[in-house]
Amino acid sequence: MSDPTVDTGQDTSPESETISGNNGLSRRTFVKLAAVAGVGLTLGVTYRVVRGPGQPATDAAFAPNAFLRIDTDGSITVVVGKSEMGQGVSTSLPMLLAEELEVPLERVAFEFAPAHAAYGVAMGLQVTGGSTSIVESWVPLREAGAAARLMLREAAARTWSIPATDIEMRDAMAHHPNGSTLDYGELAVAAAEVEVPKDIPLKDPADFRLIGTSQMRLDVAVKTTGEAVFGIDAGPSDARIAMVARCPVFGGSLRSFDPAPALAVPGVDEVVELSNGVAVVANGYWPAKQGCDTLVVEWDEGEGSALNDAEITRRFESAIQAGGGLAEQHGDADAALAAASDPIRATYSLPYLAHATMEPMNCTALVEDGRCTIWAPTQWQNGPSLLAGGARQVAGDMSGVGADDTVVHTTFLGGGFGRRAETDYVAEAAELASLIDGAVKVLWSREDDMQHDFYRPASHHEFTASLDDEGMPAAWRHEMASQSIMERLMPGWLPHFVRDRTIMRNGVDPTAVEGASNQPYHVPDFVMSAATVELPIPVGFWRSVGHTHTGFVVESFIDELAHAAGKDPYEYRRDLLGEHPRHLAVLDAVAKAASWGSDLPDGRARGIAVVESFGSYVAEVAEISLEDGRPRVHKVWCAVDCGVIVNPAIVRAQMESGIIYGLTAALYGQISIEGGRAVQSNFDDYRMVRMSEAPEIEVLLVPSGDGPGGIGEPGVPPIAPAVTNALFALEGRRVRDLPIQSA
Amino acid sequence: MVSFTVNGRPYEVDVPDDTPLLWALRDALHLTGTKFGCGINQCGACTVHVNGAPVRSCRFEVSRAQGAELTTIEGLSFDGTHPVQLAWVEEQVPQCGYCQSGQIMAAAALLAEDPEPSDEAIDAAMSRNVCRCGTYVAIRRAIHRAAEIQVQMRSSDDAGGGDR
Repeated sequence: MSDPTVDTGQDTSPESETISGNNGLSRRTFVKLAAVAGVGLTLGVTYRVVRGPGQPATDAAFAPNAFLRIDTDGSITVVVGKSEMGQGVSTSLPMLLAEELEVPLERVAFEFAPAHAAYGVAMGLQVTGGSTSIVESWVPLREAGAAARLMLREAAARTWSIPATDIEMRDAMAHHPNGSTLDYGELAVAAAEVEVPKDIPLKDPADFRLIGTSQMRLDVAVKTTGEAVFGIDAGPSDARIAMVARCPVFGGSLRSFDPAPALAVPGVDEVVELSNGVAVVANGYWPAKQGCDTLVVEWDEGEGSALNDAEITRRFESAIQAGGGLAEQHGDADAALAAASDPIRATYSLPYLAHATMEPMNCTALVEDGRCTIWAPTQWQNGPSLLAGGARQVAGDMSGVGADDTVVHTTFLGGGFGRRAETDYVAEAAELASLIDGAVKVLWSREDDMQHDFYRPASHHEFTASLDDEGMPAAWRHEMASQSIMERLMPGWLPHFVRDRTIMRNGVDPTAVEGASNQPYHVPDFVMSAATVELPIPVGFWRSVGHTHTGFVVESFIDELAHAAGKDPYEYRRDLLGEHPRHLAVLDAVAKAASWGSDLPDGRARGIAVVESFGSYVAEVAEISLEDGRPRVHKVWCAVDCGVIVNPAIVRAQMESGIIYGLTAALYGQISIEGGRAVQSNFDDYRMVRMSEAPEIEVLLVPSGDGPGGIGEPGVPPIAPAVTNALFALEGRRVRDLPIQSA
Repeated sequence: MVSFTVNGRPYEVDVPDDTPLLWALRDALHLTGTKFGCGINQCGACTVHVNGAPVRSCRFEVSRAQGAELTTIEGLSFDGTHPVQLAWVEEQVPQCGYCQSGQIMAAAALLAEDPEPSDEAIDAAMSRNVCRCGTYVAIRRAIHRAAEIQVQMRSSDDAGGGDR
């Protein structure tokens, strides 16, 4: 993690150190803000909901803060300010609150929060990403529950005319010493009259009843009956369906179109020009798609149409040759390597990757009477308007009604993985709805989704290292080139000198080098540089962001050094991680579980890798054999230290999930660029790991008692190098380009 | 005009014959539990039963369903108590949940054919369904569990029927 993006301050008071005087946005606040917008960055921000920026209106009898409603019928609703995309926030966040409220989880219902500043971390920024949901909610949601419990207890004390401290709060009831009880529902009206406490002591973790236990997910039942409402299912039932034709070449634009053939398709009733293409509006998806397929459009493809993979690689190589910006250094690696007799060199290359959420992008919008209503499976609901803003600001802008008159309904997300932290699909729905009558659902085909993604950036890496007499790394130079994700998110008004001193220090995108500039292995002379290459390919946050490539290259290269030194890759790592006890603990745990070093059946081999990301430490061992020249992964052992474990079952599930997601990328993931457009378009040419290829997975939880880390992403980075390291152990073939090709 | 029954109820649907069954279900009948994932018979999110057999409805023209009995996730059971649904809850399978309607329909069809499927049979039957959240390990576990629940349900049905 690069320093300027980390802000552990808990201070929410106004800043004095402003950057330009006229906007009042302090450098420190901006850094925090941009770090949150950059969902790949870990944050240490905490905030107190009990003094938040107001809260949405509610009819509930007792709503002491934006996260909780208790009604007279005893219903207890936790408002979840994060997006549920499978990672379990609709269970784990209610658990945090219910723990302190002293209610069993079965008593709790949840609903998704509106787009509102009350659910934001800073300046109204309401986003789900960077594996930060538990990190950000750990204190505030427990405080929200504890504050409510104190108020309910005070209400019971007044009702019974006994000291509050004599009352025990348990199982959603106040318990009088004489044995009588009052349910929280019975106390709701009186509790609303109690002042919100200022001092909110939290439970000793030793007293936790819910946190740390595998509670049943609150969202599972509706996901087995078809009742769960995803974006594709949401909105008014009379909404029309639209498909949008977009320029297939990145950076291109619309020149002209003939709507007549599309309008001739039965069921198609409008063809509408949008900022980013042409929308075909119909009474269902099928006519909309047929209309879109027959639409005659002429695109201005622009300069991007000459771009292909070979040219992109050439650009990366020449950028490295020209020299990138300094990301990190200690000692003098250049001098040490110049003096080294036989340095070890390796070049790695990783492709663009699509997110391929199971639910294709979509958004439903209705603009009428000066108001815009959005139903969206979005990771970014709100704010701040200083940046382009989330769904609410973007929809308000594109519809012309403004954010104040825009309402966002967040649905379940059929996968997110960072793709839904973009707002492009919201923008076009809001724009279209403002141009036509009634509600409209803009639905993307799988092809649209895969060919108009914000891809995991492709990258190119050149390593040079030397070993000391003991075979340990003496000097390490890592030069990389890639596009920048953060560049795009930088507001235009931000002066370059500010940008280059804060977010893009030395022109280096922190999300590109995270995990590599701070690689954990002890190396006396170390330097890393990164060149940012500008290309028209849209790039964005892909589950575990920079760690998707840095985890692979660092864990591959350290493995190369171990073999060059003639040492066991596990022992070699151990010896170099003395200053990193949490890395070491998961590495040891996974090696022990897998009986690292034990005899294996013929034709099998194992690889190991350990990566810290988003505040969590994950080590994985993969056992493989070869089938038709390709690795077949039989079993994966995974040890994870995410600090505090809220729901062990969810942590395990997220590790399994990350492993399959990362394995898919390692084995098959590649978006190729040809003629300035994405070549792959659907699951037939962008393959997924399926049931028959899914390895057995054994997850070990290694709690450290440290502060909570993320869990949605950290399972991903170690699997690719674990598999390719196993492949090297098996057949001496070092995979330096992903995806893994057949031998 | 195509006529069929869905979850036991008769419907007449007025859509062009080449409309995929998926969109007849979703857009005409507003049965949205069946999901759209790829449109090319590759991911199985749209799996429904046509006369008991699993079908990827995104590539199944609605006219082919003329006179058929269709079952969608909404009608697999009316209270979420099909053995597969019960097992899915017990084993906590869903993550994002988007593919799970299709996974459940595929698993239910498998168990109807093969009440005690081996891992190999599960792999063969379920590998036409993609889950981007990687719930495969949990699905495999849940199908074995569903097989047990199915046996228990049948034996309790048999016990109940013994009075007749």
